Formats: sequence, structure tokens, C-alpha cells
Amino acid sequence: MSHATDEQVDRELDPILQNYPPRRESMIPLLQDVQEQLGYLPREAMQRVAEHVNVPVSDIYGVATFYTQFHLQPQGQHRVHVCQGTACHVRGGDRILDAVTDKLDIEPGETTPDRQFTLQRVACVGSCALAPVVMVDGEAHGRMTPQKTVSLLEQLE
Amino acid sequence: MKLSRLKERAARRWEDFEHPDHPLVLLGSGTCGRAAGARTVEDAAREYVEQHEPDGQVRQVGCLGLCYAEPLMELRAPDRPPLLYGGVEPEAVPGLLKEFFSGGEPDLDRAVAVMDDEPDPAGIPAFADHPMLRDQDRVVLRNCGCIDPEDIHHYIGRGGYDALQQALQMHPADVVDMVRDSGLRGRGGAGFPTGVKWGFAREEPGEKKYMICNADEGDPGAFMDRSVIEGDPHSVVEGMAIAAYAIGADEGYFYIRAEYPLAVSRLRKAIEDAAEAGLVGEDIMGSGFSLDLHIKEGAGAFVCGEETALLASIEGHRGHPRPRPPFPAQEGLHDCPTNINNVETLANVPAIVRNGPDWFSARGTEDSPGTKTFALAGTIERTGLVEVPLGIRLGDVVNEVGGGIPGGRELKAVQTGGPSGGTIPAEKLDLPVDYENLTRAGSIMGSGGMVVMDEDTCMVDIARYFLDFTCEESCGKCTPCRLGTRQMLDILDDICSGEASDDQLELLEEVANTVGESSLCGLGQTAPNPVLTTLRYFRGEYEQHLQDRRCPAGICRALTRFEIDHGECIECMKCVEACPVDAIPASEDGERPEGIDQETCTRCRICYETCPVDAIHVA
Repeated sequence: MSHATDEQVDRELDPILQNYPPRRESMIPLLQDVQEQLGYLPREAMQRVAEHVNVPVSDIYGVATFYTQFHLQPQGQHRVHVCQGTACHVRGGDRILDAVTDKLDIEPGETTPDRQFTLQRVACVGSCALAPVVMVDGEAHGRMTPQKTVSLLEQLE
Repeated sequence: MKLSRLKERAARRWEDFEHPDHPLVLLGSGTCGRAAGARTVEDAAREYVEQHEPDGQVRQVGCLGLCYAEPLMELRAPDRPPLLYGGVEPEAVPGLLKEFFSGGEPDLDRAVAVMDDEPDPAGIPAFADHPMLRDQDRVVLRNCGCIDPEDIHHYIGRGGYDALQQALQMHPADVVDMVRDSGLRGRGGAGFPTGVKWGFAREEPGEKKYMICNADEGDPGAFMDRSVIEGDPHSVVEGMAIAAYAIGADEGYFYIRAEYPLAVSRLRKAIEDAAEAGLVGEDIMGSGFSLDLHIKEGAGAFVCGEETALLASIEGHRGHPRPRPPFPAQEGLHDCPTNINNVETLANVPAIVRNGPDWFSARGTEDSPGTKTFALAGTIERTGLVEVPLGIRLGDVVNEVGGGIPGGRELKAVQTGGPSGGTIPAEKLDLPVDYENLTRAGSIMGSGGMVVMDEDTCMVDIARYFLDFTCEESCGKCTPCRLGTRQMLDILDDICSGEASDDQLELLEEVANTVGESSLCGLGQTAPNPVLTTLRYFRGEYEQHLQDRRCPAGICRALTRFEIDHGECIECMKCVEACPVDAIPASEDGERPEGIDQETCTRCRICYETCPVDAIHVA
């Protein structure tokens, strides 16, 4: 996902904004829908949402940076979430994170320069019984090892 | 459609599902089943059924709780008892289906249980007698894994929405009394009596009231609410409707984690189906009571599990908690009286209304009646989702239900309550699992995460792990939590990396007590618990880190050295091959490992875990 242009933001945002009444309570669901559509929250989109729900754009920024779900930069094509929940931690989830960090040569929270992968550490995807767990593009993979995770990523390259 | 006709149709559909006159394949398709590969198993089953069983059906069910045995597959056919298989690979599917549907002998290696009252003559236990199930009492999980969660007829066919119908014929105050009499306590963590809480919201004056279901299950190591919503969403919708009627709310919200996409979609479908059947929405069952339900997806902030932060989040603000009073029952969503209950609390409600408060309080203990679900995880033989009567011995949950520790290792501790809870040492296995006893032990019931830890777990590292989490998730509003969690984390980091001075333990304890006493909300007030319980039960381990500069579990890298015991070594060379940094050179003749080069070794533990005879030790 590359940076969105102003025209693209306008074109894609209008139908989403129409779904929500112009009040503050709409803000978070709106940002969720906008991010779903654009892949991240460009500044122009936050401005449009601010106008729609009639709050200062600084408030939108405050909310967007408070919740971990929101991204202000374009994300990689594949989203890799390495679970660091308690069960995953006890069963070696940190070594999986090390292996992925080495493999992709980025730190958690970063995106590879070719925008193929974004790596994130998450505290629990709720599949603790199958720990350690890695989530790739929304699909959970249980009973992972560093080696299995690396080959899973190689299949996507 | 009239309710009576809906019930008749539901009864027929349920009968056809429970005792089908055609081959039926059921697949456990919760998030954990899918993580174990249930989708490829389902594809294989569909392919086989299409080709060989023209009358056959393949359907998804929720999680039975035996997550360790996922992917699970149940087979049903006329004239033979249904059978549950575990650890099913896609390649095995055609063979298993062929055998079962042609009346052949079942595959004993993969058979887990007979889904019937009688065990199989070949020695396969009945489901209720399975070692993981024997000590369980499934009230909340009554339908999980047994019904298709996306088919409202199954829920109704099992008596679903009868409780709502019954409640709507009662005075709302009597419904409140009924739940109060049952003794049900909030299952989200704090254990406040649910009926009393309902009473506050009901008695508060106000035209407009709200009912909220807190499904923001953020504790790492917990997945009860996810499984209940994925496996039986209508039980939560029905509980929500009964609660809303009791307190006088006409609008309700489910605040659910966006990280649970499957649960969100199943809940959304359940609400739509219930609305279509007239079980929520306008003038429910002709009673005059109306309830408008919405879903709000949480955007990833642990603090939003706290009631006032959750309200701020629904209103579109940063999830900052505020001081109480006023409590949400007085001034909640949009300043209206609001009642907030957790998923499991609400899933209990239909069972209480249907069976009566005495039926419920006959389970569990006097002060902690009923059952509790636990997410069993960590180093334990049978991981999964279990539901046991409160007051059960902790040791029974670990050893009977969970099957003990794998690989002949020793139990070290059980962690309950996630980042707000504590670690209970192995010596305390006789502890009854109820609200008061867990609190006295320094932990909390919490929402039900139970992570089992063996001797390879470092307790200082576990405390550091939880503080890393709470420090990250502290919302920053109040100073004790924002700065105190950071200070505790810094001290723990120093201890784990061998850079702390001896007097740091006292400082750590002092900061922990201050944060607990002075933080604004539950997150900060309970954040020190992982530190305080590990200090209370494992102080010696802290002292080894500080004084001997040694991590006995071999987890803290700066304080760990691995050594090969050449007397025990069988010279298989597996460690030499496995070492990713070539820190274990082979001897000149290439026959045995020379030893571990401590300069090169990164303490990654791969050799330690690879050695088949445990000849590599933590020095």
C-alpha cells in the first residue's frame, strides 16, 4: 500500500462518511472503516473525519495515536503479528520474534523498505492453547517454531 | 414468524443435527481450531463428502475446549454413536470418513471420545468421562462445540431464549432479585455481585439507560470470552436482553476487541438473526419491551477493559478512566445510568433464569457460587478451555483437568488473573479456586486466564514480562501508574541483566506498594501484583539473580551459562548441528561435542531443548 493522494482520499472517503451520523461517537468506527479502505490513516483522511464529526483534527490525532489499531503510515502488503501473550512468552514466543526480526531485518512496528511486510508484536491473539502463535494477514498459525515461522514468511515472498 | 412456529422448526432442525439420518461431519472452527489447521481439514472433508456421500453434510461448530487435540472432527451417522477425533491431519480425513460411514472399526489412535453417554467397547471414553471433562461442570459452555453457532435454530432447539420469554413475563425487579439470590458475581475479574449491580442501575432515576457487554478481553493468556462468543453467541445476546429488561435499558452495546474478527462476525450474525426472529428489537415477543443492540469494536487498548475507560472509548474519546464515584450506574454512557457486565457473566444469566437461583448456587462455594471458565495454557499437557465449579482445588485443575506437566518436568507456579494477578507457587496446590482464596494468596480470579509454568520458567522474567505489558498499556493519565510501572520495569530489567545493586529489591517493593495504593484505576492498582507475588513466593530466585548473578531457570541471558555434562552426553551430535552460531565445536575426531564456547554462545536455549537426554545444564 503506497501513500494515498488527496483525490484518492476524497473519492474513497465520501461513501464511508455518509454511513455515519456527524457526531463524536462515530469517530472511532469511522477511523476503523477509513483504515480498512486505505490501509492507514493519512493526514488528509483525519482532516476529513474531523470536519465530518465536527471536532478539532488534533482530537482525531489524539485518538488515532492512543489506540494501537491505527497506523499513520502505509503498512506492508503482509501483516505479521508475533504474539507475545503470557502463554506464548512461556513457550518461547520471544525467540520467534527474534527470528522474524532477523529474517525481515526490521524491528517490531516497522515495515520493510519494499513494503512487503509489516512486523508487529501483539499481546495476545487469544489462541493461547496453541502457543506460540503467529498471525499472518489475520490468519492465526499455532504451535509455531522459529524455523516454521521463517519458512511461512518465505512462502509469501 | 410466531414464536411457537419458530420453536417447532428449531426443534426439528436440532433433532436432525443431533440424530441425523445422513452422514454428518462437524469441525471445531473456533480461532484455535483454525490456528491448528481446521480449514484444510474442512476442505478435505468437503471434498470427500461431495464425492462419496451425496446426502452428507459438513458443518462448523465452536470450540469444545479440548484445544490441545485440535483440529477436532466429530462424525455422526445413523445407527452408530457419534465419535470425536483429535489431531486430525487433512491426509487422514478420507480414511477416517470412509471407515466411520461404512460402519468399520474406528481409528483408536485418533479417537478422543464417544459423544454419547456410553463408552465405546473398544475403550474410547464417553465425552463426560474423558479425563479433561470428568471434573468439569459446563454451564456457560453448555452449547460450545455442540451447536452450529451461526444457526439460531440450534440455540433455540436447546432451550435458548426460553429464559428471555420467562423473564419478560416477570416484573423486572423480580428478575434482579433472582440474579441477586443466585449469588452470581462478575466474571470479568473483580467479582462484584451481579444482581446488586443490576439493582443500582435499575433504581437510579432516568428515562434513558444503557446496557453494555464488556467483551474487551485484553488479558494476555485469556480466551474464555472469545470462545464463548465464537461458540455460543446467542447465550450472550439472550443474557444481554434479560439484563437490559431487568435494569430498564432500551439500548445496548457490545464492546468487543477488534483482534477477535471471528467473534465479531458471529456476534453480528447472532444479533441480526435474533432481530429477524423478533427476539431483540422492537416489542420483543409482544411484551412491549424493546432493545436496540449495537457492536462497538475496540481499537486495541488494554485499559478499555476498565469500565469508565470503556465508556470514554464508546463515546469516541481516548480510553482514559475517570475517578468513581460517580459510578456508571449513576452516570455512565452519555451521562445516563449504565450497567456493564462481562461476557461470561451474561452467558450465565439465561441458565439462572431458566433453572432458578438455587440450582445455580448449589454449585461452587457459599461466597463464590457457580462455575468459572478458565483458559488453561502454558506448559501443561492438555491446554484448552475448561469450566469447573468454584472452590475446586487448584491442583485438580492442573493435574486432573489439565493432565499435569509434560515431559516429566516439575510444576513451578500457576499464574492467574493475567497482568493484574499473581503467580501461585506449586506448594499451594491445595488452594481452593475462589475469589477470596485467590486474593488472599496475592493473586486475583481475574477473567480466567490460567497459565501453568514449569521449572524452566524464570519468575523474575515473568514479573518483568507483565510490567513490560502494563507499562506499555498504562494510559498515562495518572502519575503513579505512568511513572511507577516504568520504574518497576527499569528495576526488573536491571535485575534480569545483572546490573542491579542489592538494595533494589526494597526499592522495587516500595514502588510496587505505592503504585497499588495510589493509582486511579484497576489497571494501576493491580499492576504491582505480579511483582509482589513473585517477591512473596520466589524471593530466593530474585536474590540469586542479584547476589550470585545467576538465573537458575536459564532464561535471563546475561545471567545464564549452559554446560554439557560429558558424563551424561550420548555423543549424538544433535547440539552441534542445532547451534545456530556454531558455538559447540565438535572434537577433532568429529565424534563428540567439545563443549560450549561461552564467548560465541547467545543463550538461545536451542541446544538445551534439542538434547534428547537432558545432558545440557544451566551452570
